[in-house]
Amino acid sequence: MVPEIGHFALVLALALALVQSVLPIWGAARSDLMWMKSATWSSLGQVFFTAIAFAALMTSFVQSDFTVVNVLENSHSLKPLLYKVSGTWGSHEGSLLLWVLILTVFGAMVAVAANNVAMRTKARTLSVQAWISVGFLTFMLFTSNPFDRVYPAPLDGQDLNPLLQDVGLAMHPPLLYLGYVGFSIVFSFAVAALIEGRVDAAWARWVRPWTLAAWVFLTAGIALGSWWAYYELGWGGWWFWDPVENVSFMPWLMGTALLHSAIVTEKRGAFKSWTILLAILTFSLSLLGTFIVRSGLLTSVHAFAVDPERGLYILGLLAVSIGGSFALYAWRAPSMEGGGLFKPVSREGGLLVNNLILAAATGTVLFGTLYPLFYEAFTGGQKLSVGPPFFNAAFIPMMLPLVFVMGLGPFLSWKRATVGGVFARVRIVGLLATGFGLVAWYALRGGPVLGYLSLALAAWLLLATLREWAFRIRLFDVPLGEAVRRARGLPRAAHGMTLAHAGLAVAIFGFVGSSVWKSEEILFVTPGTEIQIAGFEVTFAGAEKVRGPNYIADRGTLNVRRADAHIMTLYPERRFYPVAQSTTTESAIRSTMAGDLYASLAEPASDQAGAQGAWTLRILYEPLVNFIWLGSAMLVLGGLISLSDRRLRVGAPKRKTVVPSAMPAE
Amino acid sequence: MVRFLAFSPLLIAVVFGAFFLWGLNPDRDPNAIPSVLISQPAPEFTLEPVEGLDVPGLSRADLLATDRPVIVNVFASWCVPCRAEHAVLTALAEDEGQILYGINYKDKPKDAVRWLNELGNPYQRIGSDLTGRAGIEWGISGVPETFIVGAGGVVLYRYVGPVVGDEAVATFRAALNAAGALSNGAGS
Repeated sequence: MVPEIGHFALVLALALALVQSVLPIWGAARSDLMWMKSATWSSLGQVFFTAIAFAALMTSFVQSDFTVVNVLENSHSLKPLLYKVSGTWGSHEGSLLLWVLILTVFGAMVAVAANNVAMRTKARTLSVQAWISVGFLTFMLFTSNPFDRVYPAPLDGQDLNPLLQDVGLAMHPPLLYLGYVGFSIVFSFAVAALIEGRVDAAWARWVRPWTLAAWVFLTAGIALGSWWAYYELGWGGWWFWDPVENVSFMPWLMGTALLHSAIVTEKRGAFKSWTILLAILTFSLSLLGTFIVRSGLLTSVHAFAVDPERGLYILGLLAVSIGGSFALYAWRAPSMEGGGLFKPVSREGGLLVNNLILAAATGTVLFGTLYPLFYEAFTGGQKLSVGPPFFNAAFIPMMLPLVFVMGLGPFLSWKRATVGGVFARVRIVGLLATGFGLVAWYALRGGPVLGYLSLALAAWLLLATLREWAFRIRLFDVPLGEAVRRARGLPRAAHGMTLAHAGLAVAIFGFVGSSVWKSEEILFVTPGTEIQIAGFEVTFAGAEKVRGPNYIADRGTLNVRRADAHIMTLYPERRFYPVAQSTTTESAIRSTMAGDLYASLAEPASDQAGAQGAWTLRILYEPLVNFIWLGSAMLVLGGLISLSDRRLRVGAPKRKTVVPSAMPAE
Repeated sequence: MVRFLAFSPLLIAVVFGAFFLWGLNPDRDPNAIPSVLISQPAPEFTLEPVEGLDVPGLSRADLLATDRPVIVNVFASWCVPCRAEHAVLTALAEDEGQILYGINYKDKPKDAVRWLNELGNPYQRIGSDLTGRAGIEWGISGVPETFIVGAGGVVLYRYVGPVVGDEAVATFRAALNAAGALSNGAGS
């Protein structure tokens, strides 16, 4: 009964979405207030029915109703409750339902919360949002119904992939989807603006909070996924340039560019058609990600069960949504130029460089991700893979100038800045950062030049960001109380920007430290084996069998000593899940801000080796790796603080009373 | 110009879409890794023996000279799955009398010797591919990979990844059988 309610609710949501696709936009064209206002109720209705469907699926999972195919294939009666709940979005069908739920939630939020948006724009935006709903609801109902039944019911389920039975991964998809799907609102706003044929500062101001919110969620989602890969997969890395990682990273890069170009459109009326294009591109790349993950187009460790029919359906969706919006763009954009002249050295100029680099970087990642497909098509079936060597060689050199400009940007004033004035302010910071790079070079020696350069640039970004913040509140120039008063007077968006930029600097320290100065040992250990790594002495004391709720594990014991003093004991595990017939590694990590000592237990020795109780052990030391998570948290927090700025909440454009040159850059 | 620029996203999207449509062709398996070497003579390569090991090196000439199928396994001491695969290969070589040659890929000789002393050496010849040059000639995508080379040095089969587990071993044995290796083998 419960699954049928869910199924029926989905059909009702589709019916409402169909109505909303037509009525409000038609109402906007013929100025019919009632028709425009209908969007509010149909948006709320859609979220209501989709939530019922979602709750129905979750209920089926919690009750272990194995007559539902989706539950049967992705759950097991012995699975812990948390993972029964998270199993709801562990499969293709369930995650699609979550996707649609988030889509409708965002639509309803625009309908209810965006009171400052012009009625006509809002009606058009919500209709466009409903088109996306229709696309995905029909996709789900026709090709991927999560409520399909099976008869007779089997005794027990086939269990969720054990790798996915993890708290980090229970949270990762919802956050990622909040990001991906959040950009749908921005897309709908952009398409509505194209239909209207008008983009102005007000439009940019409506779009910015949604962009920022989606960006915050996407940042958190990617960071969480990366963290999960780091501690769960047992490979000791946090980013692998896997196609599915790349497709989440591309919307992030584009979204970051959009976040900054929308500022220029809002404040200076420039970059209009570029901002619209970025809005369309960001969501298009999110859709592309959905397509790649679910169609089996590329080989990836993440791919869902593959079905060409589904692939064709999503490709059709992509053709309509992306093709349609680009066609609209080609038609309307040429008439939208003008406004906001500026000198090359100015805030606008800095943000232009930011946008160009981010766009080039996105293009590079896109090209690298799809190159295997292009190559295969051109050579008639030959294959190759594009991995970290390409991405590291192509992507990192692009990021270095970006980081440099990022430190400089907030010092630049709108329209025109004087080179001399900026130089005077950053001179000390530049010297300090150079000094830091040289000291690191002297102290560490033997690393690549690029490593030291990156460290110096991270230091530059951190110091320049703090210097700019200190400059704004005139820290040290005026009494402390006065500086605090000034800090409180700054818009929250300014604090948010400072925190986020500093967060990226902190994360760069982590990226560089853990990839350039990593030590790694893979070796065969028997009880009593001693390993020397990065100043630690690690002794393998043996492995024993332990039993978990739905798995059996081999647990190794490693005694860690440094300078002849016992520090701690690590227990890496290798778990076998009998129902799913698969094995996972649980790495053991000694985590400090200086670095992580990371151990993971790989295969046991085969009998032929003649050594009983011997294991393959992988042990790594990753310096500064936790700076990545700290920096990511700062990025997210910075975004949230900026989001709470009253300027983004209150509609009317308020002229600030503070000095214009201290306007926030976010 | 502006009009052309405004059209370019649409044009690019159409080109991408065409590739995607091609990529969805149901006959295409994105996970299959074909080898251009199949049915071709083994590629040109000459590898020195692993220093510190009394096993001869491996070159193309050795493969051309063979009159029965041989297994060529690409392995390395730093490769974790190779350890698991080692037992399977040892069984094929020692219990069933298959000829097993090795290419020791991007490995320090010292580590390779330690690894083989630890696990035992089932290989009749091992070439030390310090630079990875021979790996390029063979077109390997990673380690381990295992080839079956027929009489006269013709490459018959390629297996990517470790031959470990019932399914993989059965697939590999079927290929050995097709190559006529098992009927010659002492153990079958």
